[in-house]
Amino acid sequence: MKFSYYPGCTLKNKARALDQYARACANALNIELEELDNWQCCGGVYPLGKDETARKLSAVRALQEAKEKNQDLVTLCSACHHVLKRVNDDMRHVPEIRDKANRYLELEPPYQGETKVLHFLEVLRDVVGFETLREKVTHPLTGRRIGAYYGCLLLRPGKILQFDDPENPKILEDFIRAIGAEPVIYPYRNECCGAYLSLKDPALPAAMCEKIKGSAAGFGADLLVTSCPLCMYNLNRNETKETLPVYYFTELLAEALGVKEGPAVSEKQEGKNS
Amino acid sequence: MTKSEYAAARIEEISSTNPYRCMKCGKCSASCPTFSEMDIKPHQFVSYVLHDDVETLAASKSLWKCLGCFACVERCPRDVKPGRIIDAARQLVLRQRGNSYLSADEISKMEADLPPQLLVSAFRRW
Repeated sequence: MKFSYYPGCTLKNKARALDQYARACANALNIELEELDNWQCCGGVYPLGKDETARKLSAVRALQEAKEKNQDLVTLCSACHHVLKRVNDDMRHVPEIRDKANRYLELEPPYQGETKVLHFLEVLRDVVGFETLREKVTHPLTGRRIGAYYGCLLLRPGKILQFDDPENPKILEDFIRAIGAEPVIYPYRNECCGAYLSLKDPALPAAMCEKIKGSAAGFGADLLVTSCPLCMYNLNRNETKETLPVYYFTELLAEALGVKEGPAVSEKQEGKNS
Repeated sequence: MTKSEYAAARIEEISSTNPYRCMKCGKCSASCPTFSEMDIKPHQFVSYVLHDDVETLAASKSLWKCLGCFACVERCPRDVKPGRIIDAARQLVLRQRGNSYLSADEISKMEADLPPQLLVSAFRRW
């Protein structure tokens, strides 16, 4: 199985672990992730304004390149997944944005949202299948109690992202079961981590991370798993009463598939070194 | 059309929401993770647009407390999308001051650990 792959800006430096473990896992699962030749940063935030077409063009270029290759487009970062899926939805359903973007990029035939965007977790669920994944696990993470931290960008708005039930998701819990660990359900798993406020208003993300980690630990989690570099940053940066380690889901998958080589690259270490 | 009416119409246009649909159930405010930090609460955003008082909304603390987490958008039973209204107000302010929340000069003074995702979001838009 071959997919176009859109890594995004952060996976090339601060979130290398998310990218590199995913590539190792994809190999082990006979999935080929072919990085787009000319991808540009998605902008990090989906431009909500109806009159903001220019800021959506980098996503359209990536979608168009995948269309030309006749491949589905895979992403790993929650933010890229969010932006690419929403811009794709605009290109399908909002004529003003579609026409403007096509005119500007001089696309012929016009791009009309033909590319299918998949988060790597969706590839695991819908293409590989969690049952098959379970059979391929050589080093099950038996006994580890893992809290799935979804955050916001993976799930909402549910109608557009069509990723999972935005109020009661289960894809990460099913993933955790497939790699042999035990999922811990806790109330704050789909609450925001404080996101961009850590730049100029850090007290708020600090309070929110306290709630998230406290809640997960209170329900018995030993560690948290995420797919968002910003959640990873906020959860690691803010000192909390509970010191729960946070991992990218790809790192745990690499461990379970026996392809995690060398010392653990947790984001904490990586953040300090890079 | 007065200046205030124009600003309110621009909010409706940019956000593509219809504030008249709001039934004030308060679900957005109940869902908002930064509710306690906001001076104007999410369920009140629509009132400022309906009363052509975007100026007050644009000067509120709430503009910079919204996380863009879409909890209010997801849960609104009338599809009013308060998060889009506050984002449109934020956009109007940012466009007037040169289109970015963060200036390039500020970035060099920030800690090295910041993920590009955060910087690019703040720089390009937030």
